[in-house]
Amino acid sequence: MKQPVVKKQRTLAAETWRRFKKNKLALTGMIVILTLVVIALSTMVIDFVTDKAIYNDYVIKQNLRMRLQGPSREHIFGLDEFGRDIFMRMIWAVRYSLFMGTIAIALSTILGGLLGAVAGYYGKISDNIIMRFMDVLLAIPSMLLATAIVAALGTSLTNVLIAIAISYVPTYARTVRASVLTIKDQEFIEAARAMGASDVRIIFKYILPNSMAPLIVQATLGVAGAILSIAGLSFLGLGIQPPTPEWGSMLSSARAYIREGWHITVIPGLGIMITILSLNVMGDGLRDALDPRLKN
Amino acid sequence: MQNPDDILSIEDLTIHYETDEGSVHALNEVSLAMKRGETLGLVGETGAGKTTLARGILRLVPSPPGVIKQGSVFFEGQDLLSLSESKMRSIRGSRISMIFQDPMTSLNPVMTVGEQIQEVVEAHNRDLRQDEIIRQANAMLEMVGIPAERSHEYPHQFSGGMKQRVIIAIALACNPVLLIADEPTTALDVTIQAQVLDMITALKKRLNTAMLLITHDLGVVAQNCDRVAIMYAGQIIELGNLDDIFKRPTHPYTRGLLGSIPSLTKDVKRLSPIKGLMPDPTDLPPGCKFAPRCRFVTEACERAMPEPTHLSETHQVRCILAEAEVRNG
Amino acid sequence: MGKYIIRRLIMMIPVLLGVTFIVFFIMSLTPGDPAAIILGDQASAEALEMKRIELGLDKPLLVRYATYMGNLFQGDLGLSYRNQIPVASQVWDKFPNTAILAISGILVALIIGIPIGILSAKKQYTVMDNTSMVFSLVGVSMPNFWLGLLLSLLFALKLGWLPSQGMGRGFIGLLRSLVLPALTLGTGAAATVVRMTRSSMLEVIRQDYISTARAKGITEKQITKKHMLKNALIPIVTAVGLQFGLLLGGAMLTETIFSWPGLGRLMVDSITSKDIPMVLGSVIFMAVMFSFVNLLVDILYAFLDPRIKSQYSKKVVRRRRGVVV
Repeated sequence: MKQPVVKKQRTLAAETWRRFKKNKLALTGMIVILTLVVIALSTMVIDFVTDKAIYNDYVIKQNLRMRLQGPSREHIFGLDEFGRDIFMRMIWAVRYSLFMGTIAIALSTILGGLLGAVAGYYGKISDNIIMRFMDVLLAIPSMLLATAIVAALGTSLTNVLIAIAISYVPTYARTVRASVLTIKDQEFIEAARAMGASDVRIIFKYILPNSMAPLIVQATLGVAGAILSIAGLSFLGLGIQPPTPEWGSMLSSARAYIREGWHITVIPGLGIMITILSLNVMGDGLRDALDPRLKN
Repeated sequence: MQNPDDILSIEDLTIHYETDEGSVHALNEVSLAMKRGETLGLVGETGAGKTTLARGILRLVPSPPGVIKQGSVFFEGQDLLSLSESKMRSIRGSRISMIFQDPMTSLNPVMTVGEQIQEVVEAHNRDLRQDEIIRQANAMLEMVGIPAERSHEYPHQFSGGMKQRVIIAIALACNPVLLIADEPTTALDVTIQAQVLDMITALKKRLNTAMLLITHDLGVVAQNCDRVAIMYAGQIIELGNLDDIFKRPTHPYTRGLLGSIPSLTKDVKRLSPIKGLMPDPTDLPPGCKFAPRCRFVTEACERAMPEPTHLSETHQVRCILAEAEVRNG
Repeated sequence: MGKYIIRRLIMMIPVLLGVTFIVFFIMSLTPGDPAAIILGDQASAEALEMKRIELGLDKPLLVRYATYMGNLFQGDLGLSYRNQIPVASQVWDKFPNTAILAISGILVALIIGIPIGILSAKKQYTVMDNTSMVFSLVGVSMPNFWLGLLLSLLFALKLGWLPSQGMGRGFIGLLRSLVLPALTLGTGAAATVVRMTRSSMLEVIRQDYISTARAKGITEKQITKKHMLKNALIPIVTAVGLQFGLLLGGAMLTETIFSWPGLGRLMVDSITSKDIPMVLGSVIFMAVMFSFVNLLVDILYAFLDPRIKSQYSKKVVRRRRGVVV
């Protein structure tokens, strides 16, 4: 029983990649995201190797005499309100948006996925309890929920992560529950049950792997949403705090100097937009590739 | 070729679907004529081009990807393919009507059935008063056996067979000269199929409407049709009246089709299905399209597509063997 | 229809109770002593203790929640920690401003989104379709607070055409001051509505009943209006309802950028000054607003889709398929 499932997945992945490759826009999006991942990892390695020397000298250190200088040959994105190189800050900020967004969504995918799987698989009372709770969470606009959580717990990296993760849990619970419901009654599940497989084994070995496709798509698009939420919270002063470089908080502090230099407002926003745009086209491409019937 | 008795005369109609995977040759130089009031059965496997032909007559082939490459469709003396869109609209639903395959999805779920019948009456009778439109629509409902009170109900409140009756009412509301019915009963329960078909046949006789009945069920053809056209890979490969086709099938494909139905009267040990599949419509063989599956295939078959051969006044076939037979007397 | 609305209203009660409880619970996690926030650092230990008892902080969470809800039904949301004015009156004061902004945002989204979505679907794969798809992708991906900054940079600071701070007086003044915030709030939603409308229309265009309509010989305009749009609107309505939730979140950011005196800004300011009752009051109020919008969407949904409507009307006896022919 196990063999064909595994084999089917491999061909599904290969088939998906074949279709994904044809979508030039989605492919471009993926390349941008991979580049950003490489950038984020490199800055982390640099920080580790140089013991944050470069970070302290080029990302954090202020140079008030040069403040708000426009883009030039030495500083292609110009300097910010404290005379720091915006290009360097943009580069060092990638990790916060990208990795925090990813971690937050990973957390909510795991938690939501488990809740959804249990609700869908066991049905009845557990389904009712879990899903009514999810309905309640969904009834609070997610940005509002995240803001309330951060307001209560205080602004720290972990709290922002928790806030964003919780506000996305219901979405994933719903997605997984829906696909579990369609898979649960299929014959290979019946067969596994007839062979005496335990519920846990059935959920992890058969049901979850087969409900991955919609989850992956949802998660890709979710990371985009999470990055926007993190940037939004930081913009409100409730997320990552200065002087740590983060796109949203860079925009927040740029606001006061909007009259004095356009570049400090335009560039961090462009960074966010390009990242979100890439994730969106990648997610759309992935969805079309995974389920060509959905494509228009 | 054009006969004054014919209400419909299709000549060399060729329709392709241009897709990313290549050009699908759905219809290849099809010629066909119909007389007033007759029922012509159009038979073929799924993908043979029956629906494309039906939609092509009404110029309802979805475009893109559908492209009408060449040919003409003469109806009541004018070529439909060269009409303006607004002229064509005045023919659709009024002179030529069409019934689609699946009654479950062919009615608009957010309009009452009454409104959907009234719509077609109104479109072709601009000067009619509202109450007169409603009266006519209700009369149509009654004619297909549905009480007029139900005109205020929505499609989801009707069963499949009832929905198909509503669709028939829409199709016949303006008393058309030609009715195209694309597998009107395939999606229905077997017990209801016969009822619905009987009703269509009775109504078309009463209104003297010609009908192009698309089906893959030869039993349906035998019971309802005057003539039969057999389609294969976008071409009509044999055409004749009921006797021609059922008693003197000539094309190997037609014979194969008849050989694959169980018979009650003859004692046949085994049914003989046709081996193989229909050719890929993006990559049709250059010669006879049936050649790869034909038991009697010769080298000549693969070279060029045989032209239609007239075996009698009513019977024609596209096959080299028949051609040779006729030539040799 | 009346029965359906009543049913939905009853179903809303447990959701609202859950929402208020969750928000109440979250806010109760706030570290720090509210008594100290109110009385300041110099207060004596006894005074602090008195204040705590007065606020009911010595009681368990559920009791405090019950008290809060009891007061809420009497229109009392407690007193602000910061300036001791009633939270309810503050929230009621700001609510219309947020409502004006949110409704304008939705209008922007619908007025831009639906026509472009329809055109895009009807002319699929043309230059017009591709252009609108690119713009909507960019619109979906653009953080609205950045768009707000760019708009005020261009139209307020560089060109000086429109105000970028506060709410204008008089109808014209209000309208002028509303343009930039409404655009900021509505653009992202508009982009989503374009995409939703397009895909919903494309789905409908493929349906068999559109072929039936074409075969009737009615005009393309009538087909679009009577057959496509009415069906396509059903999923769009749901999407717009969901957008409203995002919009309320966006309102916090938009109101902050444009100094718009609404609930969102009240909430952000209250978070900064640790004014918990005010935060609690404004979050609960916005969540309730969202629930009512969802109710409205459900009712509209039933109104558009006869399949749902008839489930709740007495007149119709449902017939089983295949029994009656």
